Amino acid sequence: MILIPDGTWLIPGPIDGASEFVRLDEPLSFWGGFDAATGTIIDRSHPQHGQSLAGKLVAMPGSKGSSGTPGVLGEAIRRGTGPSALIITKADINLVAGALTAAALYDSTCPILLVTQAAFDNLSEVSNET
Amino acid sequence: MVELTAQEQTWLAGEGGPAMQLAMQLILAAAEVSGAPHLIPIEMAHINSCHYSGRLSLDFAEFLIAGGATLSVPTHTNASLISCSTPTLRPESENPVEVAGALRVMEIYEELGCTSMWTCAPYQQPDGRPSFGQHVVGSESNAVGFFNSVLGARTNKYGDLLDISAAMVGRVPYSGLHTDEGRRATHVLDVSSLSPSALQDPNLPHLLGTFLGRFAGGRVVAIDGLDSASEDELKAIAAGAAASGGVDMFHVVGITPEAATLDAATNGISVDTTTLTDTDLLAMAGLLSTATGDEQLRSVCLGTPHFSVAEFLELVVLLDGRRVDEAITVLVTTSRAVSAELDVRGLTSVLAEANVDIVLDTCTYYTPISSGLDGLTMTNSAKWAYYGQGMLGVPVVFATLEQCVESAVSGRLIR
Repeated sequence: MILIPDGTWLIPGPIDGASEFVRLDEPLSFWGGFDAATGTIIDRSHPQHGQSLAGKLVAMPGSKGSSGTPGVLGEAIRRGTGPSALIITKADINLVAGALTAAALYDSTCPILLVTQAAFDNLSEVSNET
Repeated sequence: MVELTAQEQTWLAGEGGPAMQLAMQLILAAAEVSGAPHLIPIEMAHINSCHYSGRLSLDFAEFLIAGGATLSVPTHTNASLISCSTPTLRPESENPVEVAGALRVMEIYEELGCTSMWTCAPYQQPDGRPSFGQHVVGSESNAVGFFNSVLGARTNKYGDLLDISAAMVGRVPYSGLHTDEGRRATHVLDVSSLSPSALQDPNLPHLLGTFLGRFAGGRVVAIDGLDSASEDELKAIAAGAAASGGVDMFHVVGITPEAATLDAATNGISVDTTTLTDTDLLAMAGLLSTATGDEQLRSVCLGTPHFSVAEFLELVVLLDGRRVDEAITVLVTTSRAVSAELDVRGLTSVLAEANVDIVLDTCTYYTPISSGLDGLTMTNSAKWAYYGQGMLGVPVVFATLEQCVESAVSGRLIR
């Protein structure tokens, strides 16, 4: 599981550290780079091309590129094909707008935690067996 | 803590209805996330919320209109998912939910009082072109780059949902590119070492933009060493940089309005310089083309961002009275306003005669392949090449406009 670090809640948690964890090495444009129908990354130049984000705890630097990101993230949260939570390093107004709108329209949440680069780099799986 | 005016607090409390309340909540959240001390008024908006990207687009629009949304500033529409002039690009029979949703979303934003421009290049028409120093809302990524860099208007990139919210409350967080400090160049990209042939390559602006996007990483960069750049060339830099890296602003020393000199761009502060080489540009050209060269050419897509009148004139000159080969589809996307200007100049019929299809309201890199974009496609747009590879999955050749025209006329790939 992931030990959730301290940070600023852009969309309030909690985040379940036992969720399946995915780390994106580069920012992602949700519109054009991610398919909300399947929940997978379709940007061929992205290092995690083909990766599914559906239901995953996703650590990513932030979004980039197209201005369609809020709508596609919100749509994925609505469909259940989006991340279960996001841990990001860039104060990203477009990810927040998508998650807030999905919460307002559908009561579906995707917590977003802003952390320092050092905390982001230290995110790693730890055993939860005792 | 963001300081709010009495009016802003009224909206937040829901006294202006649920639509104004949600809009204010989104703008306040954006202000908190970006650390803005307060909001500032804007003078116009160009919005992408009108582009249908799933049921949320429709539900959000219905929520706004039912919840009493009103606009505070002139608001213009970005390109739509669908083309009203060429519905065959996305036949309703094959895509009933998407097409009906996109039509209803277009209708709602018109009902809200938006100007129906349906273009990603609103700056190519007088009423969609902000002035120097104006605070505005830009959304579509090339338009954000163009507003900031080429016109000196001030906007951050407000994605869909946020863009219409800002147009409704007429305010945005005072942060980022709205501030003087946020617009200062913090790095220089020196292009003066490029060879004369690289500097004369008609695709230099597209390649330079693609490089800039991959290199800038959130910084405002001043490009130094370009002798000249037309407005269409600056548009190509903005579009290429926005697609490959999300660049919202750049300067071109001696050309763009906040960079009369390098010192003006950097505010006299010493910054690091990176030198661009021919090899860097070759690498970018390699990224933009995925074709092996053995495929049969099927289509040529131009007009990403929407073609200007000047670009259509160049196309007509290059065609020189010849017709496109019957086996090749040539699609040129543009706005209703530019199309009307082509009518006035008698060019619409000239292009129809040449087998060139003009497509309004939309772009072709997200058009279903059933429309004929099902094989090797040539484009002179770095942005089309970047997105088309992933969204359509077709092999792409990025080339000059002249090479695109010669290939379309001869029916085979000429580079």
